[in-house]
Amino acid sequence: MMLDIKNLNIWYGGIHAVKGIHMNIEKGEIVTLIGANGAGKSSAIRAIAGLVKGYKGNIVYTRSGEAAVSLSGRPPEEMVKMGIALSPEGRRILPQLTVEENLRLGAYIRHDKAGVAEDIDYVYGLFPRLQERRRQKGGTLSGGEQQMLAVGRALMSRPDLLMLDEPSLGLAPILVSEVFSVIRELNRQGKTILLVEQNAFAALKIASKAYVLEVGSIVIEGTGEELLQDSRVKEAYLGG
Amino acid sequence: MFVQHFINALGLGALYGLIAIGYTMVYGILRLINFAHGDIFMLGAYFVFFATIQYKLPWGLGVAIAIVGATACGLLVDRIAYRPLRGAPRISALISAIGVSFFLENLAVVIFTGMPRAVVQPPWLMKPVILGEVRLIPLGLMVPVIAFVLVSGLLWVVYKTKPGLAMRSISHDIETTRLLGVSVDKIIALTFALGSALAALAGIMWALRYPRVEPFMGVFPGFKAFIAAVFGGIGSIPGAMVGGVILGFVEIMSVAFFPKLSGYKDAFAFVLLIVILLIKPTGLMGERMEEKI
Repeated sequence: MMLDIKNLNIWYGGIHAVKGIHMNIEKGEIVTLIGANGAGKSSAIRAIAGLVKGYKGNIVYTRSGEAAVSLSGRPPEEMVKMGIALSPEGRRILPQLTVEENLRLGAYIRHDKAGVAEDIDYVYGLFPRLQERRRQKGGTLSGGEQQMLAVGRALMSRPDLLMLDEPSLGLAPILVSEVFSVIRELNRQGKTILLVEQNAFAALKIASKAYVLEVGSIVIEGTGEELLQDSRVKEAYLGG
Repeated sequence: MFVQHFINALGLGALYGLIAIGYTMVYGILRLINFAHGDIFMLGAYFVFFATIQYKLPWGLGVAIAIVGATACGLLVDRIAYRPLRGAPRISALISAIGVSFFLENLAVVIFTGMPRAVVQPPWLMKPVILGEVRLIPLGLMVPVIAFVLVSGLLWVVYKTKPGLAMRSISHDIETTRLLGVSVDKIIALTFALGSALAALAGIMWALRYPRVEPFMGVFPGFKAFIAAVFGGIGSIPGAMVGGVILGFVEIMSVAFFPKLSGYKDAFAFVLLIVILLIKPTGLMGERMEEKI
């Protein structure tokens, strides 16, 4: 098992945002965490990335060929070095840096220049629009282009586990399907992916495993296929 | 005569600019006015004074000692006074900065005594070069040249290297920068180190120009350099340099052409500050500190 989340509890001030959830991710899977706004999805993924201080429970990570380690108490910069990358909600592109500088920053922990150059080309292959705009400032990109850049930037550290927080948020439908087809393609190339989404239909279609989060608790889990058929999921998240 | 004033103004402005860079870089990254920066400048001047005049070390070595010493002090200030307050409200760090500044000044009084000490200028720096009607001393020419070289080097670090990329990134979004694997505290320390080294060099050149050192010598140059940074656009390195040079010219030229104003010399900086805040609050080359989306 690549990632094993045991009894994760997160509080913000007095609010119990995540209430003892259990999740696990196997190597090579696309796992999705769906749910409404404020259900605790982002909190959970941010905890894995090291951005939440003082959560309770344990997150155990096993990199292929290495011993299992607990992630709790580790800062975000260490997670990247361990092979976990997050493309954060709201994209968080650095507006004053060029597209290419944003990508280079994604490869900050790496020292293999040739490999980094190769991966920049790889990202441009995935998202040709970014290549056209490589010298443009990140702040001048459209929402869809920024999302592509955020995904590309997360890939630049060559992560074993790629986490995407709401990659479809605010995108036009055609761009949503473009982003999702890239996610599927990345998975086909061997990336393990944890996808947090509000667009339940699109996420469930590509997920091998899915969890539904409601006010901090996991209420349904199963394969993507199963959840697409589940009457409760249909009613609450797929528009009946 | 004008050429002499020109060189003089350029030199003074370059020194303001070098100090201003330290303010602007730290502000750009932490939104903190590092009030102790002028005192790092003072320490740089004292270190070179003790190394070369007290202990008779060669100038090259003395300059190296001053840079290393002042940089170490700048790093200590960050580590002890600012880093523990990273998560605290900005006003706490600001108060800490004022405290550190007073502490360093008074520590200098205790250790070095409050008496100004004369700096003996090396003769080769003072031997006038006569070009027609213009008399120039090597020191006056060296200061702007050294400043130019230093700023070019700094811009190269900030715009062409990986740590520089991380610095520019931190100034916009610390959390995202950490997510990408950057050890933010290390990059902030590097920023303090670079700013302190430049302040030390400015302190050394200042001590040679106005040949003395005293514990409060950093206060006014510090204020003025800060104003230069605001005038040029806080957060912008070229802006700090441009702001410094403009301030240098205003001070030197106004006194040169209106000698009666010489008593008001120190007030010009504040006039400039008020004018720029009224007309263009972001400064000449400053960008708007955008809302984080």
